[in-house]
Amino acid sequence: MNLMEYIYNTWAWYVSGPLIACVLYFLLIMGKKFGMSSNLKTFCAIGGAGQLSNFFKFDWKANTWNLWVVAGIIVGGFIAFQFLTPYAPQIHEDAVMQLKEYGINSVNTSFLPLELFGIENLFSLRGLLILLISGFLVGFGARYAGGCTSGHAISGLSNIQWPSLIAVIGFFIGGLVMIHLIFPIIF
Amino acid sequence: MKQTVYFFLIGVLLGIIFIKSEVASWFRIYEMFQFKSFHMYGIIGSAVVLGMIIIKFLKVSGIKDINGKKISIEPKSKGFTRYILGGIIFGLGWALAGACPGPMYVLLSSGFVSILVLIAGAVLGTLVYGLLKNKLPH
Repeated sequence: MNLMEYIYNTWAWYVSGPLIACVLYFLLIMGKKFGMSSNLKTFCAIGGAGQLSNFFKFDWKANTWNLWVVAGIIVGGFIAFQFLTPYAPQIHEDAVMQLKEYGINSVNTSFLPLELFGIENLFSLRGLLILLISGFLVGFGARYAGGCTSGHAISGLSNIQWPSLIAVIGFFIGGLVMIHLIFPIIF
Repeated sequence: MKQTVYFFLIGVLLGIIFIKSEVASWFRIYEMFQFKSFHMYGIIGSAVVLGMIIIKFLKVSGIKDINGKKISIEPKSKGFTRYILGGIIFGLGWALAGACPGPMYVLLSSGFVSILVLIAGAVLGTLVYGLLKNKLPH
């Protein structure tokens, strides 16, 4: 296999995980901390939410660096989608069969399920609600817990913080409940 | 200005990792919560183990950051309720959306317009937390 084939294929965990640790290192060297959900709070502050709650009264300009990270993420995503990713993720055959039973047939052919993210979902109440509610839970939960996967699971656990371990246990309880108990109801 | 470029480039690297590792794929999150693949656990696990070594090394060596300050991560405030409840709520959303905040931004480049609704929901959730903060158990 030549180099380009390695890049085009899924990057193995033992490549991706260490690369994420490199990002953590770069941000620490830059005097910052890896945390992606803080940007959502910054968006609220920029939008004037400081008038509604003191929670959003802070100097958001001090977080501009993180917005530049987000801008980079969007550009990096564009590069990856356009030039580096000719194949859709291939997941375990058991998971493929379960998803097909749920009517999610775009598995192994698309990066995201068309059944949930396709444009027609914006014109159905059910589709719209799933998108809005799932986003809402992510935003609300991340602030309530004081961090998300990057802040708690990666930074927090790396720094051996108990609160982060509790939060990550919470992440998994919530995720398992959604997939094993709620998915069979909504799909 | 120069630092802005560094942050942007770190973002570009992160964006490419999110897509190429497929952690931004809804299907990978589903597979993870079904325990059908080691992929996601391997990524998070190896990042954390290496992260521990990096942080230990930075603390012990006393290396300064780019602004000449000592590198330290301020600990999260003590507590239990907010972390477990917030964590569970986040996890419910993570599994349904198939994306956490970092990957949400990268998916803007996927061409799926519906990601805008997902992000709008996340901003709304953040806003509502800010409004309810004093009424919630922490």
